[in-house]
Formats: sequence, C-alpha cells, structure tokens
Amino acid sequence: MSNCPTCEIAIAVPADAVEGEILACTGCDAELEVIQLDPPSLCLAPEMDEDWGE
Amino acid sequence: MRIAFLASRVRAEEKLLLEAYAARGVDVLRVDPRRIDLRVDSLRGGAEWDDVAVVHDRSISFATSAHLVEALESRGMNCVNTSRVIRTCGDKMRTSLALARAAVPQPHTRVAFSPEQALEILEHELGYPAVIKPTVGSWGRMVARLNDRDAAEAVLEDRAVLGNWTHRTIYLQQLVDKPGRDIRAFVIGEQVIAAIHRHSEHWVTNTARGATTSNCSLSLDLVEIASAAAKAVGGGILAVDLVEDPQQGLLVLEVNHGMEFRNSIEATGVDIAAEMADFVLAQAGMLVGGGVR
Ligand SMILES: Nc1ncnc2c1ncn2[C@@H]1O[C@H](COP(=O)(O)OP(=O)(O)O)[C@@H](O)[C@H]1O
Ligand SMILES: [Mg+2]
Ligand SMILES: [Zn+2]
Repeated sequence: MSNCPTCEIAIAVPADAVEGEILACTGCDAELEVIQLDPPSLCLAPEMDEDWGE
Repeated sequence: MRIAFLASRVRAEEKLLLEAYAARGVDVLRVDPRRIDLRVDSLRGGAEWDDVAVVHDRSISFATSAHLVEALESRGMNCVNTSRVIRTCGDKMRTSLALARAAVPQPHTRVAFSPEQALEILEHELGYPAVIKPTVGSWGRMVARLNDRDAAEAVLEDRAVLGNWTHRTIYLQQLVDKPGRDIRAFVIGEQVIAAIHRHSEHWVTNTARGATTSNCSLSLDLVEIASAAAKAVGGGILAVDLVEDPQQGLLVLEVNHGMEFRNSIEATGVDIAAEMADFVLAQAGMLVGGGVR
C-alpha cells in the first residue's frame, strides 16, 4: 500500500509492479509513477513533454 | 552477456518486453535515462556497460533517445534502433526525404520556413483541405486539418506565436481521402510481422486518440511498401503508418521508431513483444537456433 501524493487515497501497488511503472490513481485519476518497490512509494508521473511519443 | 533496456516510463509495452526477456532467461540491465551519468569527454569508463551485448532503447523522449543512443554507439555499442534511424523517424521532414530517396510513395508534401510561404504553397500547390503537422511530434498531437484559407491563417499564426522553435519548419501535406481508417504495419528487420487497421470517426486515427484496432491482412502491396519504408529509414524495429488513397493506393505517412503495440496483439494474434525481443537478441548473437545462448 502507498498513498496518492495528490488526493492521499491508499493505493495497492500490484505485486508484479516494476520501478517506473505508471498507475492511475483510483481516487483522483492522476497518473502515478512507482518510484520504489519495497516499501512501495508513488510520485506524480511527469507531465507529457513535447518530444514524447512513438 | 546481458542486454541494456533503456526506459523511464514503463508502459504496458515495456512490461511486455521485460516479460519476454525474462521468459528467455536473459539478464537485463534496466537503465532509466533520467538517472544516467555518461561521460562524453571520453569513450571509456562506466563499467556497468562492459558486459552489455546490445542496447534496447524504449525511451519515450525523442531528444533523450537520439542523444543517449548516439553516445552509446560512440562507445561501440550495438543499439536497437540506431541513432540514425531515431533521428530520421523522429523528424517528419527527414522521414519524407528518406522515403523520397527510396521512391516510397507518400502524400504530396511540402515544407515552408515562413507562414507567408506556407500560405502560398497551400493556395497554389496543395490546395484545401490540407494537413499541417509538427516535424517533431506523435500520437496525433497538433496534427491539424486546414479546410480553407481562414483556417490556415489561424493555425499558422498560432504556431508562429505560440509554438516552439521546431514549428518554424512548417510541414504541409495533401489530405488523403482515406476510408475512415489507416494502417499500421509492424516491421522487424526485413519482415512485416503484422498490421492493423485503426478506425475512428475522427480523421486522426491514432489509438492514443481513441481509435479502435482490427487486424489488417498482409497484402503483397502492403508488405512491399511497408518493408521499403522501413528500409528507407535505416531498418530495425519499426511501425509504418499508411493511408489508402482512392487514386494513388497505399501512401506512407510516417515511420515510428518507438512504437506502441498494446492494442495490436489481440487484434493480430501476433506476439509482437516476443518478436521484438528475439530480434534484439539476434543482433547480439545471443539467439541461436531458436534459443538463447
Ligand atoms: N495527409 C493525411 N491525410 C489523411 N489523414 C492523415 C494525413 N496525415 C495524418 N493523417 C491522420 O492523422 C494521424 C496522425 O498522423 P501521423 O502523420 O501518423 O502523425 P503522428 O506522428 O502524430 O502519429 C494518421 O494516423 C492519420 O489518421
Ligand atoms: Mg502516426
Ligand atoms: Zn489521487
């Protein structure tokens, strides 16, 4: 479990999560990045940049 | 021997790729470009790279990809895709030129370096409706349809005033009257491994914009044009976007060097991540006779 840095709701980080993975907050829909696994820690994912893409 | 996997944002695609490598028993060094410290005043140092046989780049940022891969190549590392391919595919004008050199069919396309000249081209060469695109951009972002002179003036002024420096190169294209869908062909090495149709009510049919996908059968024409397009930009692991023009047939819009494919696996029944992983391993001689060495 970890908390959303925006709305503070508790979020279950899936067991198969990896560092860098993006999760959607169930409370506020924010994009969260898994920055640490043990113990799980989340931060707000970076905003999309102009040169991001495929 | 191991492979280096470059990724900051781990999307569904990166998870599938990491799973594919794990299933093959491959030792993967995960590298987050945001935390990398790479010497560029010397081509030595950085012991963690010593036993890396091949680099699989999945960076989401074009600038990061192009620079980081070039820096690694200068140390003699084998990277998929290569920095030359990334630079070509990340810039729509360079892509058009590469396609033109290889005589791969594409829509009528022009480049202007001032809004005034862009209007001249629209009025006298391309006509309306036309399409304007940023040279660097993806997911259908800022791809705009210019129905008439008024729309063109408005968009051109907006980009000149509010756009960044990359918008100084104005990339203009004939609007192709496509049948409510486009085609994306996945090309790995020499081979077209799968293709999808992307359907949308909107004329911009990126899945990032909500388009739905269905399988597209691999016609001889499609295979020929998609593989020629991939070869034209330098080859590797690529996704070629095409449209069907009622008169001119298949035309290539762009080639993507960092493709997303999560919505294409079920539609095509092809394990795209597995095909990608096997190709990367083969580049390092790590795949022999269907198994990992
Ligand atoms: N010249 C065009 N005629 C018709 N549709 C186009 C044209 N250019 C782009 N599109 C539509 O817009 C989408 C995005 O364009 P594309 O060139 O692939 O840029 P992006 O890099 O943003 O994906 C295409 O998939 C297609 O549906
Ligand atoms: Mg595209
Ligand atoms: Zn939240």
